[in-house]
Amino acid sequence: METNTIAAISTALSEGGIGIIRVSGDDALNIVNSIFVNKDKKQNLLSFKSHTIHYGFIVSGDEIVDEVMVSIMKAPNSFTKEDVVEINCHGGILVCKKILELVLNNGAKLAEPGEFTKRAFLNGRIDLSKAEAVMDVISSKNNQALKNSLMHLEGKLFEKIKEIREGILYEIAFIESALDDPEHISLDGYNEKLSEKLSYLINEVSKLYDSSKKGKFLKEGINTVILGKPNVGKSSLLNVLSGYEKAIVTDVAGTTRDIIEEEVVLNDISLNLIDTAGIRETDDYVENIGVSRAKKYADSADLVLFIMDATKDISKEDEEIIDLIKDKKTIVLLNKIDADCVLSKEKVSKLFSKECDILEISAKESLGIKDLENIIENMFLEGKLPSNDELYITNIRQGEEIKNALTSLKNVEDSIEKGLPEDFYSIDLMSAYASLGKIIGEQVDDDLVDEIFSKFCMGK
Amino acid sequence: MSEQNKNQWIENVDVCVVGAGHAGCEAALASARLGLNTVMFTVSVDSIALMPCNPNVGGTSKGHLVREVDALGGEMGKNIDKTFIQSKMLNVSKGPAVHSLRAQADKSEYSRSMRRVLENTENLTIKQAEICELIIEDNTIKGVVTNTGTTYMCKAAVLCTGTYLKARCLCGEAITYTGPSGLQAANNLSKNLIDNGILLRRFKTGTPARMDKRSIDFSKMEEQFGDERIIPFSYSTDPESVQKEQVSCWLTYTNEETHKIIRANLNRSPIYAGIIEGTGPRYCPSIEDKVVKFAEKERHQVFIEPEGLYTNEMYIGGMSSSLPEDVQLQMYRTVPGLENCKIVRNAYAIEYDCLEPNQLLPSLELKKISGLFCAGQFNGSSGYEEAAAQGLIAGINAAMKIKGKEPLVLDRSEAYIGVLIDDLVTKDNREPYRMMTSRAEYRLLLRQDNADLRLRKFGYEVGLVSKEDYEKTLKKQEAIEKEVNRLKSTMVGANKKTQDFLTRHESSLLKTGASLADLMCRPELTYENLAELDDERQNLPYDVLEEVIIQVKYEGYIERQMHQVSQFKKMEKKLIPDDIDYDDVSSLRLEARQKLKQFKPLSVGQASRLSGVTPADISVLLVYLEQLKYRKK
Repeated sequence: METNTIAAISTALSEGGIGIIRVSGDDALNIVNSIFVNKDKKQNLLSFKSHTIHYGFIVSGDEIVDEVMVSIMKAPNSFTKEDVVEINCHGGILVCKKILELVLNNGAKLAEPGEFTKRAFLNGRIDLSKAEAVMDVISSKNNQALKNSLMHLEGKLFEKIKEIREGILYEIAFIESALDDPEHISLDGYNEKLSEKLSYLINEVSKLYDSSKKGKFLKEGINTVILGKPNVGKSSLLNVLSGYEKAIVTDVAGTTRDIIEEEVVLNDISLNLIDTAGIRETDDYVENIGVSRAKKYADSADLVLFIMDATKDISKEDEEIIDLIKDKKTIVLLNKIDADCVLSKEKVSKLFSKECDILEISAKESLGIKDLENIIENMFLEGKLPSNDELYITNIRQGEEIKNALTSLKNVEDSIEKGLPEDFYSIDLMSAYASLGKIIGEQVDDDLVDEIFSKFCMGK
Repeated sequence: MSEQNKNQWIENVDVCVVGAGHAGCEAALASARLGLNTVMFTVSVDSIALMPCNPNVGGTSKGHLVREVDALGGEMGKNIDKTFIQSKMLNVSKGPAVHSLRAQADKSEYSRSMRRVLENTENLTIKQAEICELIIEDNTIKGVVTNTGTTYMCKAAVLCTGTYLKARCLCGEAITYTGPSGLQAANNLSKNLIDNGILLRRFKTGTPARMDKRSIDFSKMEEQFGDERIIPFSYSTDPESVQKEQVSCWLTYTNEETHKIIRANLNRSPIYAGIIEGTGPRYCPSIEDKVVKFAEKERHQVFIEPEGLYTNEMYIGGMSSSLPEDVQLQMYRTVPGLENCKIVRNAYAIEYDCLEPNQLLPSLELKKISGLFCAGQFNGSSGYEEAAAQGLIAGINAAMKIKGKEPLVLDRSEAYIGVLIDDLVTKDNREPYRMMTSRAEYRLLLRQDNADLRLRKFGYEVGLVSKEDYEKTLKKQEAIEKEVNRLKSTMVGANKKTQDFLTRHESSLLKTGASLADLMCRPELTYENLAELDDERQNLPYDVLEEVIIQVKYEGYIERQMHQVSQFKKMEKKLIPDDIDYDDVSSLRLEARQKLKQFKPLSVGQASRLSGVTPADISVLLVYLEQLKYRKK
């Protein structure tokens, strides 16, 4: 049954480690209660008074997800004038996401962009003079969400969703034309055909769902730029990092021949790994372009992996690079430790004005790579790395829609099994069609009637 | 009006109905039955309730409309019950929502019988005349003027001009400026409507040939019988009274030879030659269209249907055409059974003027002209049933207007009639509109079996349904609820008798007790076979049982739709003021703003159904409306 209870992450995800998941609506208390326990492992949120805050844990089954503070504001004394529960957690983006998903799985609906503000306004909470601002928030947030969705959706995925939708629409149109014109179009033997088509569709949508779960739906990764002089082992590092998770790595074609970009997922965190041309003074025109690009990339990086050749002494170029990245989050990698080294951590750390992680590795022999991954993960969890939180939300939204589509398609299978008549199939097929449409920003409108007339010859 | 016309005669009436087709008949009857002095105009009294195309009433989703018209107190259902010659419930192997009744009519009997009803209705006058002019003052209808110069002053009028406005029939190169079946066209009113600022457009439709039965070889065709047990359309018809002998229809097919002839002569088709400018319906394509658009199909069905008991004419369903007569003869004669056919009436296409229906309110009154209502094919629909449904609503609302009462507006969750009218007045329809079950988003609730439960109340409140008929519905409702509750609360234990029964029906055994309703939801069990476990069962009438079974079996789905309906109603109730200035709502996207300005939806619900208006636009609109409300205070 549909709920009026909505949830969303209400802080900017990138700021620090603290995050708030806000839940609003009739079932807000019940929903949070089902995933919250106090320090004695008791679920008792419902008995608390309004405007109180409580310490406890968010749990998923037996597993503790995070240590949280939960505040309760009952209707009408809340931002939206509905029952509102806010979960304050401090686990960073991944935990926020996990808690939001738990809330959604327990019956809340992901808030539409700007929906809290809209509700606050419609429930008389926000001053009428702010109406213009409220409308702007709603429309700009929606535009942004759609733009995120369309701009960052992988081209292949966009086409895939379109193809799946077309497949669904065809089946609805066939059923409907047979219902409307039973003397011309027969449904004899159709169940078997539909079942076959359904298992194909379900399989395809499941694959989409898996990709969305892995955060692979949108290019939301952290821009990570590998810098260093020529021949210090940048490409080897890229290879070894991408090789680690080869199964879920896709090649993203570099925008120029001298920049190679690859998306890599390390422990659920996705990185946009960018390998640059080595930086050095050069008279070569083409190489110069590459170098200036590398500098530009360094500028837009969220994280820099600076590689030095441990077998050689510090050069002028190294110092220049260090100057270039002095304001950036940096991990210094002393590469080639499998050979005879002349550089030490101590020596290198003196080059930096602030404290930074320095790691000894061998890209060739895959030494120290696990440590590198751990360092990146920690930085991320501690909120030291920025990320595009709007994209995360968009990704969750899309995940929800795909899940809805999947459920609807499975309902059709169920209806066939239960021997329900064909007109029931199209109800759920239509829901699946609509859910997938939301991801690519397409509404249902008159698609069905058009499809019926263009694909099937109706009589009279 | 010519200057020589000295006729200055003036009559005073309440309601003028222009046209006597299926919309006009319902409109005139409703208005007269509601006590208003009504006159119905027709270019030919002999063409009252004429069926110029297919010889049947009902069919998928159209059958629903007939039931709804009947539940509201209209005439179509009763009239077809008196005059049908074959009856069939379509889609019985499918869900209850798409079961649809269809009856073959004796066309001339249908027409005669309807005329008899009209002629015997108090307050109703039939007048043979063409209406050439409307008298409109202060944006209000004041009267109509006939071709002979007589003026009928009135308080409301209903335009049901069907396909007659500037009608043009095409049969290949032969073009005649007539209405259907060679009847006189109405060539004057269009200009008058345009002069009054009403936007018109041009549509086309077509009909197949009629053949002499004696020239058809039925031995080469498959016979199509009616149902053994006939179910009447009308809730007022005694089911026993309609059990009678039926006539058959016949099925044959086109073939490659037929298609070859059509393809070779496409250049002589007025549509493909570009002579026809009107837009035709995609759901009822001519045989030329079928052959061109579905070139991969090797054959198309052809249904041969009798036009009545006392005529030899047979309707050639599925082969409407505007090809020239010589090509028609060649093409029809390739069809098995039609090798020696003689055509009584040629197939033809017809073009006509009709209204851009988004100028209408959901009451079917023109937004611009108070008291002027429009119904039927004039509104851009097609089909007898669609016409009758609109005619009834327009007639009722003309009467309500005069009585100073609220109009009867059914919404999309209440009736197919609501879907039909809402689609017409809010959507951008570019072809004649036909009802389809897929257009009704709440079709599980809008079944043909429960039209009385849904709508009798409205018919009674309006004054078209008698107290006696209404009470019958209330009693039925009560009996249904009682039985559903009994099935839900009657528990059967997991005892030997039950388990034996379940084993016999290959159904899984019970672990604990279950209600009869629970068991009924299992696909392998039915109300009938559960009688064995149901000791307290009483004999209930068929119509009650049918409802009980549907309500129990499909409860989950029905509840889901009811929940959607409650959401839908919320948005329908949020009205948009007439004077809203969408340019003032700066956050609306451009496309949405254009659509809203063009269609001027009355409610947020209606706005949300416009294509190009997104949920975000609706959110913005809601905020704006809230602001407006307070600004006004």
